[in-house]
Amino acid sequence: MRQKQGNQMCTLEKRGNIYILTLTGSGEHRLNPTLIDSIRSALRRLHAEPTSPCSALITTAHGKFFSNGFDLAWAQSSQQRLQLMDSKLKLLASDFISLPMPTIAAVTGHASAAGMILALCHDYVLMKKDRGFLYMSEMDIRLVIPEWFMALLKCKTGDPNVRREVIMTAAKLTAEMAVVRGIVHSAHDSAEETVDAAVRLGEELVKRGWDGDVYGKNRMVLLSEVSKKIELDHDTVEEEMKTKSKL
Amino acid sequence: MCTLEKQGNLYILTLTGPGEHRLNPKLIDSIQSALRLLRDQPLYPSSALITTAHGKFFCNGYDLAWGQSASSAPITQSRFQLMSLKFRSLISDLISLPMPTIAAVTGHSSTAGFMLALGHDYVLMRKDRGFIYMSELDIGCDSCLVYGDVVLTAAKLTAEMAVERRIVHSAHESAQATVEAAVGLGNELVRRKWDGRVYANNRLVVLGEVLDKIGFDETVEGQNGDSTKSKL
Repeated sequence: MRQKQGNQMCTLEKRGNIYILTLTGSGEHRLNPTLIDSIRSALRRLHAEPTSPCSALITTAHGKFFSNGFDLAWAQSSQQRLQLMDSKLKLLASDFISLPMPTIAAVTGHASAAGMILALCHDYVLMKKDRGFLYMSEMDIRLVIPEWFMALLKCKTGDPNVRREVIMTAAKLTAEMAVVRGIVHSAHDSAEETVDAAVRLGEELVKRGWDGDVYGKNRMVLLSEVSKKIELDHDTVEEEMKTKSKL
Repeated sequence: MCTLEKQGNLYILTLTGPGEHRLNPKLIDSIQSALRLLRDQPLYPSSALITTAHGKFFCNGYDLAWGQSASSAPITQSRFQLMSLKFRSLISDLISLPMPTIAAVTGHSSTAGFMLALGHDYVLMRKDRGFIYMSELDIGCDSCLVYGDVVLTAAKLTAEMAVERRIVHSAHESAQATVEAAVGLGNELVRRKWDGRVYANNRLVVLGEVLDKIGFDETVEGQNGDSTKSKL
């Protein structure tokens, strides 16, 4: 059964034991407040599902883009709007980190900046070959990456040279480059095959019969550095807002 | 002790003279003075810095002779403390420099001299001559600056060994080839038209842990592009 979420920006369906969250439409799936809220509302439904034995979630997208990052056009350089998207993304990341089931990103198109972060919020990243880059674009668009992005990247790639390459050279990584660098689990020939492989992996994981609560909590331990940075970042922003309001 | 010249869009900092370019206060001050000049350049689009050296040595570490030639043990101790403090300040300046940095290592480079090279974003090295040499000396805080958590247990690394261990970006046939490759890389990086301040701030995020160990106070320096100057 397909559930429409929010303004039809994403759908959540169940295929056998596995949930599939799809970012719908042919656009860039920019992470504006509406889309983030949509995704969060889907994740909330998953939090409410029975946790033992747990299921698995696959996130994928229609079209040429997995997600091209924050909706900068919507923000129009408004600090407040940028701040809002950033806060919401942090909440979304926290939702993924605490989700009581394994998560798999089936990256079938470009994933850049916050869009790459969205992919990295998943336990496994499977990706389509030949078209589509993972691209931490911030350096190229004159943005400084938040520390929690770095913390997430650190938890997902053990190699500091890779981290430096990704951030300091704004490298565009194809699926095969990303596999070699240990960021992506496996690369596949087409969007369909990527999703099929994700479903197979999901089913393998479900067969383990894990307790979702335990799974979510263990993941939170594993990614505690990220959660800490998210909290710190949140506090810093609050302080700045307080200072601004005093002036 | 060092010269700073502009070559097209690139800056070249050269440790001059045929000696070992030992890191005594005078040389460190000289280098920091050059880096200060660079900070005053336009930040956008950013330039790039290449650091290289004349002669058989890139940099052979602290000036131990100067340290040990003091008239008493306490003065010796304070000389070493001074060199360590100034060196850490230099590394902070390098790490917060608002442009990509490349070390063209054209000769031997040991202990703190090697750390100086590692303080750059890219390390290119000559393969026909010259080693990286980490002695057993306790160099205090400097040992925390090893990029990539690589603990160097080999006493001597050739350029090729260093490339294999991914400590060094690439190895080249001669001193001249190394500098040429550095210039090529520098021009590539300048072509990206990055914002120097953003570049420095992203570098500070990536090297967050290193800064903690140097004693760099991020709340004083400002992460939001207010200042990229060293506290020390």
